[in-house]
Amino acid sequence: MSIDSRDFEYLRDFLMKSSGLVVKPEKEYLLKSRLEPLVRSKGMASISELVSKMKAPSARDLQNTVTDAMTTNESLFFRDKSPFEHLDDIMLPYLLEARKTRRKVRIWCAASSTGQEPYSVAMSLKEQAVKVAGWNFEIIGTDISKTVLAKASAGEYTQFEVQRGLPIKLLLKYFTQKGENWVLNEDIRKMVKYQEGNLLESFSNIGKFDIVFCRNVLIYFDLDTKRQVLEKIAKQMDPDSYLLLGAAETVMGVCDKFESVKGARGLYKMK
Amino acid sequence: MKRCLVVDDSSVIRKVARRVLEELDFEIIEAEDGQKALDQCFEDMPEAILLDWNMPVMDGLEFLMQLRSSKNGDKPKVIFCTTENDISHIAQAVQAGADEYIMKPFDREILENKFHEVGLI
Repeated sequence: MSIDSRDFEYLRDFLMKSSGLVVKPEKEYLLKSRLEPLVRSKGMASISELVSKMKAPSARDLQNTVTDAMTTNESLFFRDKSPFEHLDDIMLPYLLEARKTRRKVRIWCAASSTGQEPYSVAMSLKEQAVKVAGWNFEIIGTDISKTVLAKASAGEYTQFEVQRGLPIKLLLKYFTQKGENWVLNEDIRKMVKYQEGNLLESFSNIGKFDIVFCRNVLIYFDLDTKRQVLEKIAKQMDPDSYLLLGAAETVMGVCDKFESVKGARGLYKMK
Repeated sequence: MKRCLVVDDSSVIRKVARRVLEELDFEIIEAEDGQKALDQCFEDMPEAILLDWNMPVMDGLEFLMQLRSSKNGDKPKVIFCTTENDISHIAQAVQAGADEYIMKPFDREILENKFHEVGLI
């Protein structure tokens, strides 16, 4: 059954306002596949009923749940691999020189989802322990969804999740088995701090960063929103800081504050 | 074309692995226990081995230890694929020379991911 056109328009406008997510008419299936399980779990009859309940005055929680369902994506450890190679081979060598007086590097994983990305950064740094001894690394993960932030903070993953992208030697080294699940050891967990953050709202309170991971988020936004988000991220970065985007994303034609790093796909530097 | 030896006493698992790995452009050879796998390796060493743990005649760990101590036995990438999913088994396998480890049940994505992890694709 297709979604009533007025309901579709309401959901599209709501998601645009709440999260910047662009839902084109041909992506109606995405709304259905994400929202129908939610409709069932709430004991509702249809997406129509969900929409009418979202319009009620006290529907804030329900609205958040809908945003969560639409913006949460399955994540994996060391996704795409190359960003973590860039961290080891390009960013760290540069920053260990450029920041040697303050010996502090701040890393921001924007839209950190269930934590796989910031924890992959933390494990990468741990693997370089000798090089970074005496340095202070601060990793901040932000996400719009409280549900994924809670999961990220817990650092507990299913057997399936730890087999997506995580080399077995790192599983042995940094995880402890807990029943069917695997929990990241405390020394890795405490390297990452999580906080709620919507890329469409102001985030000037989180300070400046030397490295920003913002991967596979911009693809969901329209051009204007992409530009706004990149401009805001640029304000949180020092002039020679690094930005990582997803494989299908670019700053080209969107924002002129960054230039691409030659030979390093997805890696940009503040001009 | 790279060759992968699939070692498992379950014909169902061998069939599932074959289907996925053939799509990833591997030529598949099958063996139903560690001894048969070892015979196959001595005859013609494959580039990859997907290895079950519990099997009759010779189990996966014994096979791996014998393989790694034999001529050219250090060449193949060995990926365990087993229901033994506790940390001590994993540590034992890595210690014995396994390159990667898949905990059953697995899906296509995990299999592909692990072959990528060891540089086979």
